[in-house]
Amino acid sequence: MSEGLRRTPLYEEHVALGARMVPFAGWEMPVQYEGIIDEHKAVRTRAGIFDVCHMAEFRVFGFAAFEALQHLVTSDLHRIEELGAAQYTLMLDDDGGVIDDLIVYHTGDLEYLVIANAGNHDVDVEWMRAHLPEGVEFVDESDRTGLIALQGPDAVRIITEIAGKEPPARFHIAEAMLDGTIPVLLGRTGYTGEDGVEIVCSAADTVAVWRLLLSFPEVTPCGLGARDTLRLEMGYPLHGSDMDRTTDPISAGLGWVVSAKKGDYIGREAVERVRAAGPKRKLVGIAVLDGVPRHGYPVLHEGSEVGTVASGTFSPTLGHGIGTAYVPVALAEPGTALEVSIRRKTVEATVTRPPFVTKTSLSA
Amino acid sequence: MYPADLKYDKEHEWVRVEGDAAYVGISEFAQDQLGEVVYVDLPSVGDELVAGETFGEIESVKSVSELFAPVSGVVLEVNGALDTASETINADPYGAGWMIKVSLTDPSQLDGLMSADDYESFVANEA
Repeated sequence: MSEGLRRTPLYEEHVALGARMVPFAGWEMPVQYEGIIDEHKAVRTRAGIFDVCHMAEFRVFGFAAFEALQHLVTSDLHRIEELGAAQYTLMLDDDGGVIDDLIVYHTGDLEYLVIANAGNHDVDVEWMRAHLPEGVEFVDESDRTGLIALQGPDAVRIITEIAGKEPPARFHIAEAMLDGTIPVLLGRTGYTGEDGVEIVCSAADTVAVWRLLLSFPEVTPCGLGARDTLRLEMGYPLHGSDMDRTTDPISAGLGWVVSAKKGDYIGREAVERVRAAGPKRKLVGIAVLDGVPRHGYPVLHEGSEVGTVASGTFSPTLGHGIGTAYVPVALAEPGTALEVSIRRKTVEATVTRPPFVTKTSLSA
Repeated sequence: MYPADLKYDKEHEWVRVEGDAAYVGISEFAQDQLGEVVYVDLPSVGDELVAGETFGEIESVKSVSELFAPVSGVVLEVNGALDTASETINADPYGAGWMIKVSLTDPSQLDGLMSADDYESFVANEA
């Protein structure tokens, strides 16, 4: 299995913990340790940690960095003018297709940290290098950077104890020293719907950070399986399943990160065309009580195929199937009765506005 | 992990013979590989199974797998408790997690199945 697959600095830790390792986006990653449902519930009730070292980290800096990034992404980065602020955003191609979704952190004077999906690393690097102007420095820090997500209602208390101070406010990033010795950046962001931090550290310190977090008995190591069920309960999109270069952000329900007022950026013309005309199809949430929808399954309305499941899983919190699907706009209203074809049977699906789970440590 | 009184097939089902009928379920190895089972789709009483062909599906949080009939026969009983408690398959794959009871159309098919020892080496090679 390991042939051609990359390993994060935490590989040996995962194996020692008895994780089941699977190939994911070119990496050998833990899908689960003890079990997806227990790990999921640990994050919803206590705290979980995730190895997300496979994700890509880029540093962009220089006097022209702000304008250059502003031209590359869909959000108005004036929103993160304040040092330490962060923004979820999209990078589009000229046709308005979604190359990747990113978080841009304003980490320093004239300096930004961009965190991107592992599977898009090469494409992102090529695109950003090609479209950043002369004079803007672009450094791919993925190999030398570790990234661990600590998420759950207990996460902030735990990181406060280790760092000796509270983490920054939601959607902000700040330096901290863990245990007085390990320099890190703490981003108050995540992909689970729970409060918590994403800890950026040097690759060499990653094992020490992981072990430090695991020394808390209330911290559970969690794999990619739980990461997916947690994010989907919140309706957070996954690039490659919910959107890609064949989908525009408006149809994907991501119009909220596409600024209509900022100046020009790559893909703007195509996106504003869709926005003006109205999308033909939309990504909606679906609840399925009698089966588990999965990526690619056909979606039907009164027996005729009208769309496709984008993401789907079993929700450990709700105890039934949930997912997202592209359907014609006329069928996108919450409450609309649809069906999903699950191999040999057809089951009922109801259009539901995400998040599917509304009570978390972030909503409290 | 693999009771000696059972026979096993390469798709990780087990068979427990009782007279001229047999109980069928999935092995400890299979339930561990699948992870938490959330749905199981089983045939109905009276359905005819053909050895080597699918007789149902089992779904975990992460994936779906088909169930293959280890022997040919007619379904005599179905473990209805799994409808609402499919996690029993994880907790007790050889006991309360049994799936179906079938009549044995051709008992000689049992000779083609693996003993616990053979299955254990088979699994060791696969893992």
